Amino acid sequence: MGDRDERMAAIRKAFPAGSVDEVPGGDMPTLRVDRRVLPELARLLKTDPALDCKLLLDVCGADYPGRAERFEVVYHLASLQHPFRLRLKVPVPEADPVVPSVFGVWKAADWFEREAFDMFGIRFEGHPNLKRILCHRAFQGHALRKDYDAGQRWLLREAEQELPSWATERVEDGDHFETQVLNLGPSHPATHGTLRTVVRLDGELITKAEVEIGYLHRCFEKMAESHTWNQVIPYTDRLNYCSAMMNGVGYALAVEKMLGVEAPPRAQTIRLILSELSRIMDHIVDIGANLNDLGAMTPFLYMYEAREEIYSLLEACCGSRLTMSYVRIGGLSHDVPHDFADSVRYLLRRIPKLIGDMETLITNNRIFRDRTEGVGKLSAEEAVDWGWTGPCLRSTGVAYDVRKAYPYLGYETYDFKVPVSHGGDTYARYLVRVEEMKQSLALVEQALARLEAGPVILDNHNVALPPKAEVYTEMESLIWHFKLIMEGMKVPAGDGYGFTEAANGELGYYIVSDGGGKPYRIKVRPPCFAIFQAYPHMIEDHMVADAVAILGSLNVIAGELDR
Amino acid sequence: MGDPGKTPTLPVQGNASARAPHLKDGDPAFLTTRMDALLDAARKNSLWPFPFGTACCAIEFMSFMMSHYDISRFGAEVVRFSPRQSDLLIVAGTVTDKMAPVMVRIYEQMAEPKYVISMGVCACTGGFYRAYHVVQGIDEFIPVDVYVPGCPPTPEALLQGVVKLQEMIARGETHYQRALAAARAAGR
Repeated sequence: MGDRDERMAAIRKAFPAGSVDEVPGGDMPTLRVDRRVLPELARLLKTDPALDCKLLLDVCGADYPGRAERFEVVYHLASLQHPFRLRLKVPVPEADPVVPSVFGVWKAADWFEREAFDMFGIRFEGHPNLKRILCHRAFQGHALRKDYDAGQRWLLREAEQELPSWATERVEDGDHFETQVLNLGPSHPATHGTLRTVVRLDGELITKAEVEIGYLHRCFEKMAESHTWNQVIPYTDRLNYCSAMMNGVGYALAVEKMLGVEAPPRAQTIRLILSELSRIMDHIVDIGANLNDLGAMTPFLYMYEAREEIYSLLEACCGSRLTMSYVRIGGLSHDVPHDFADSVRYLLRRIPKLIGDMETLITNNRIFRDRTEGVGKLSAEEAVDWGWTGPCLRSTGVAYDVRKAYPYLGYETYDFKVPVSHGGDTYARYLVRVEEMKQSLALVEQALARLEAGPVILDNHNVALPPKAEVYTEMESLIWHFKLIMEGMKVPAGDGYGFTEAANGELGYYIVSDGGGKPYRIKVRPPCFAIFQAYPHMIEDHMVADAVAILGSLNVIAGELDR
Repeated sequence: MGDPGKTPTLPVQGNASARAPHLKDGDPAFLTTRMDALLDAARKNSLWPFPFGTACCAIEFMSFMMSHYDISRFGAEVVRFSPRQSDLLIVAGTVTDKMAPVMVRIYEQMAEPKYVISMGVCACTGGFYRAYHVVQGIDEFIPVDVYVPGCPPTPEALLQGVVKLQEMIARGETHYQRALAAARAAGR
């Protein structure tokens, strides 16, 4: 705490009184910042070695219609040198909704600011390309404002679709040949879902690129505001649907932190086991799809067998293969089946063999290495500047993993390593993911040995439903059940940021509660949103075929990207 | 071929092999049918799907393709990413208002005959995304032959959807076939 107070004092001292104030309490140091000093503060936070806030994790808006200054822009920052995190809150009046852009300080602000503009109509002065990002061009209004009706749709006609301004310009290359503009996606075999890239080509070389996202923007954050806290869990499953369990765990941990409760040990261990198996599943899809794009179909077929085996386990646990909705705030919906340990032990024997098969086929495969080594290289500084986390960041040599830096679910008590590569290219990302799968297996093995009998959900009926048998027989349990279902649990008013290491990197939930049974605002910090915004810059001066290889290695999941 | 009276899929008359079971392969035999029925029998057993995968359902679509469930048992494993080469549009996942014009364009680019399977509740009705950016069922924009419920549907459910579509093609009940029959009846 001493460090924290010193740092906060140093920040306050550098600015005139009243422009930067500390907000007491909360889950992390928070500053209320006058928008006029924001650029200066941003530069100080990034460059001062004692603060070292090089990682801008999230920028988001929030709408408080009752307040004198209706909007608030919230920034989440982290240092990679010190265990220091900081939240900035910048109030913005409705009459003049303008905030200076921090894109010049952190490139990571690029898409996050565009999203806040799209959702709240807050303009970021100095942003190079401030336009809608998730909603389509014919959309009217700003969807996450509290006075926007959640069901109000706007139709988009084909002619109104977004096209970058430079796409219609006629450009000649050095030899006076006309260059070509090519549209990749949103329905394209190499874009896995709904990503769209428009590129300008000189021969096969990409000279300019722009990415358009939002084709799967299904309004998670607006939907969350009209559901009770537990009802949000099925929506979280559909963020990163390749590893649904981890989204739910991250959300439950974030809400539990605000409630000040902790799930029972057995539930924590099961969450960890299934999270790590989900991480393996996610990496399988990423590696498999990447290889598939490069023309290697066989490894995907081998690896998919592992996925099916894990699906069987998940289905036995909760009845669903993919979108599980297994987590509850305060624990799990019900206990695992009696043969859970045996099934996991079987997976622990089976999966290493399948990973080994794939490695034999691929790791030293000459075609694969030629296609991926040195392709899509990013330096550690750039990766941090773009807000990268997860395996993609670790492939550039930065050993940042939430499980080590800010342990949750008891990760600090397990013996595992954080794989790091220094290549920063597509091949390095593959290597990191393969090694992570092995580390995940080690984690599962250790966790299984610790799995003890006990309850899987809290015995606290302010949070968790009473057992069904009691609901049928006891009046009080029936009342608890009714109140929890109809009104939802009451989460104390305030805000919190819960973050976990999902398959793609740091998955953060910035949650605002007004003390009611429903969230006031939930902002997801999707890891691949930050990663993907660097993509158009990474593929410039690469061949089209390389762009496909790079895209596959970033593991962009549209559900999480567009929410 | 079986008993001609009981086979709705291929109305066969004078089936020589059915009457003379001792005939061997390559022996002369004949059957008569309508050209349409013959074509439909061929089409239903070699559907070429276009995977319009947008969301979670696309992941289950992958399971549906892979060896464990293996759609090739039903003759629909030749996935084509070009609408020109495919005759079955499988819309797997949520379609947003931003994506809808793309989906319509792809549907229009497919050569006839063409069929549509709507996979998952999002594509069928918008699912639990009753929201400002989500199409509340793709039949707002394109005709759908088979709706497969589930969030996401299991691969078995999608397999059943394909089988249902095959039955519909055999009976001439798909949107395309009914439109064609109506046009013929009107003398066009």
